[in-house]
Amino acid sequence: MAKAIKIRKGLDLKLKGKPELTTQDVPNSPFYAIKPSDFPSLTPKMVVKEGESVKVGTPIFFDKYREAIQYVSPVSGTVNEVKRGAKRRILEVIIKADADFTFENVDTSGDTKEVILKSGLWPTIKQRPLDIVADYNQTPKAIYVSGFDSAPLAPDYEYLLKDKKEALQAGFDALAKLTEGKVNLTIENSTKNTSVFSSINGIELHTINSKHPAGNVGTQIHQITPVNKGEFVWTVNAIDVARIGTLFITGKLDFTKTVALTGSEVDSPSYFNIITGASLTNLVDGKITSDNVRVISGNVLTGENVGKDGFLGFYENQVTVIPEGDTHKFSFTEGWMAPGFSKLSNSHAFLSSLLPKKAYDVDTNTNGEERAFVMSGQYEQVFPFDIFPVQLLKAAITNDIDKMEKLGIYEVAPEDFALCEFVCTSKINSQQIIRDGLKVIEEECM
Amino acid sequence: MKFLRNFFDKAYEKAGDKFHPVVESFDTILFTPNHTTKSGAHIRDAVDLKRTMMFVILAMIPCLLFGMWNVGEQHFVMMNETVSFWDKFLHGAIKVLPIIVISYGVGLTVEFIFGIINGHSLHEGFLVSGMLIPLIMPVDTPLWMIAVATVFGVVIGKEVFGGTGMNVLNVALTTRAFLFFAHPTSMSGDTVWTSGLGGMKDLAKTGDPLATKIVKGTETVDAYSGATPMGDLASTAGKSEEVVTSIMSKFQEGGANDISHSLFGDYLGSIGETSTYAILLGLAFLLITRIASWRVVVSFFAGGFVMATIFNLVAGDNAYMALPALHQLLLGGFMFGMVFMVTDPVTAAQTNKGKFYYGFLAGFIGILIRVANPAYPEGIMLGILIANVCAPLIDHMVLNGNIKKREKRIAKAKA
Repeated sequence: MAKAIKIRKGLDLKLKGKPELTTQDVPNSPFYAIKPSDFPSLTPKMVVKEGESVKVGTPIFFDKYREAIQYVSPVSGTVNEVKRGAKRRILEVIIKADADFTFENVDTSGDTKEVILKSGLWPTIKQRPLDIVADYNQTPKAIYVSGFDSAPLAPDYEYLLKDKKEALQAGFDALAKLTEGKVNLTIENSTKNTSVFSSINGIELHTINSKHPAGNVGTQIHQITPVNKGEFVWTVNAIDVARIGTLFITGKLDFTKTVALTGSEVDSPSYFNIITGASLTNLVDGKITSDNVRVISGNVLTGENVGKDGFLGFYENQVTVIPEGDTHKFSFTEGWMAPGFSKLSNSHAFLSSLLPKKAYDVDTNTNGEERAFVMSGQYEQVFPFDIFPVQLLKAAITNDIDKMEKLGIYEVAPEDFALCEFVCTSKINSQQIIRDGLKVIEEECM
Repeated sequence: MKFLRNFFDKAYEKAGDKFHPVVESFDTILFTPNHTTKSGAHIRDAVDLKRTMMFVILAMIPCLLFGMWNVGEQHFVMMNETVSFWDKFLHGAIKVLPIIVISYGVGLTVEFIFGIINGHSLHEGFLVSGMLIPLIMPVDTPLWMIAVATVFGVVIGKEVFGGTGMNVLNVALTTRAFLFFAHPTSMSGDTVWTSGLGGMKDLAKTGDPLATKIVKGTETVDAYSGATPMGDLASTAGKSEEVVTSIMSKFQEGGANDISHSLFGDYLGSIGETSTYAILLGLAFLLITRIASWRVVVSFFAGGFVMATIFNLVAGDNAYMALPALHQLLLGGFMFGMVFMVTDPVTAAQTNKGKFYYGFLAGFIGILIRVANPAYPEGIMLGILIANVCAPLIDHMVLNGNIKKREKRIAKAKA
């Protein structure tokens, strides 16, 4: 086993609504969606038309510029609606599910890469740089998998995967065939003896401490071997590794998911069995304790605001419900001049910093207006990279490609900046800035 | 709170687009706005720029209160009168409050004009500058000068660069530097530091007996010079040994400017800069709340201490250079600059490593100018301004280090 990694910089946000380790079933949702917006920089080209019937694994659209990457239906049913936005951009392809599922046949005997591409599971593999679905024409230097999620209220991967050791092994075996380098798996230090991952063969196992963003694969890559310009590494979520493994063992596509329903506005948070892309209506119905809430597909730092009728994102294993903060708050009682026993902050400017163990319910208020960069050294406290975050952001804002390259844009993804965005006194939207920067890099340098 | 909310909602309607920023500025002081996150992280830290700036103002309150008392204390020492604590404080407050009103009034007016032109609400930077400016002024500075200098500081020091967060030079120090060079007689010498002394001197020239007595020192215990310790020290240059010894006796233990007085702060100087205790209270508050960067504070102190120690070593018979390093740092604006000026995050170096170089440079040059050039007894101001100018360069060098490291890694990976 490689040396234990320890990061000092980071921040664990203590929020209310941690999920209990029990799993329940919910009635199958009638509607499912595949959203091109889940896959940055994708230009979808439709394969099916509205009204056509599809099986589990039937291609819905493919990537116009990398045609072998197919995005397939997670259920069988009929294409209900192709929702389009400005300039006829496809927002969602909504499928109405049948009661009983039929499956496309997947031949798992051929070349591993071909099998994964054909099956429709290829989008589970992402690449760095750019944080997009992996380019199958490249051979990655290495593959990285994070064995845990350290984000606020994140699902417990050990719990989700405890019965899937075989599938995981098969998944890692498949991944190993995709790279000439190593498949790196990083687990949390305290679980190293008990983890479901500890007995996986054919991989390089690393351990890291639990402080967020230690569970982000980007942090782990940076600590193990940072990505250089011109290199590619691939990343896969551990849950999806098991999905790939299941495909190779059973020959069947399995898009079921166990998601953690979390957050301060959820009545008894726990785990639920649903299917990728499912409408969240059935999941959250009757489990939310107040009216004015935000339903997030994903965690509070990187998820997407989808609303109660929205759909689960492709990569997400978590749904978070927190209160909306769209009210004016009187400064002295609950606003910016309040003593702040119930205010979550990394700054030590509130009395809550005297209560390190308290869990908070935090709403979506920005807690102040956006400003230019004023404070310095804040991002550095929560950013465990040998990269200057503010300077990289400024390079991205000014579209300075040369500076971005020199300061390490190839090593980062928007999610790596999520904590910077949280702690920012000036309320600057760093993740969007990095995403825009990566887009420029993709267009100009790739 | 509902009626206040209704009041603002109505005010927005009446103000129209043009004056929207003005209403918004007041609204956001009383109410945290109802803005919610649109992209990225759905929850955000509770801290914002308003709270940060308000905390810096709070940190200055001990200096302000002590400064008010000290203005009274120094005035009545000059008058050779014994009065109560509250009389001294009241005298000081009457002298200091107009300066604060002018500083905020003029500065905020300029800020609002720029806000209306650019269509944004008041950015919080000036809330701190507006309090810093009075604290670094000699108490007898004419109010109109403070007004003119504040306009200069805000417009040339900040707004031409794009407002809060964009300025290269510290706004309050730009204001003071403007006065220092444009109106040197009102900002240095020995008549401006005691409230009323300038007036007394003018009165003495007309032959007023009481004023003459006071100015000549016959009414006070010691001859009343009205000079700050910095002025005293600077005046040792080229003087006879007797004069130097008599001046330096003030700095010996038991003298008017010995270490314990320097710590307590009952001596002449700018309004808020004299009391080390009050300043350290502010420092503790800023460090606990993590608003000031300890890196800058520590390295600034180290820079000043190293320079002062070098002077100690090469002093020979130069009394100013021979003043013990620690004592040197307790006098004048060094401590105040360390806590409230050099720590300004906008004009300091932005990188953690750079902050060490930046702070050290500011302290080092500050003491160098103060001691080596008696014409500028307040070298700290210039030291910090010079470091402000150098800060981007320092950051550039730190960034280059990071870039080189990355390039080496790439070269190694290719090999």
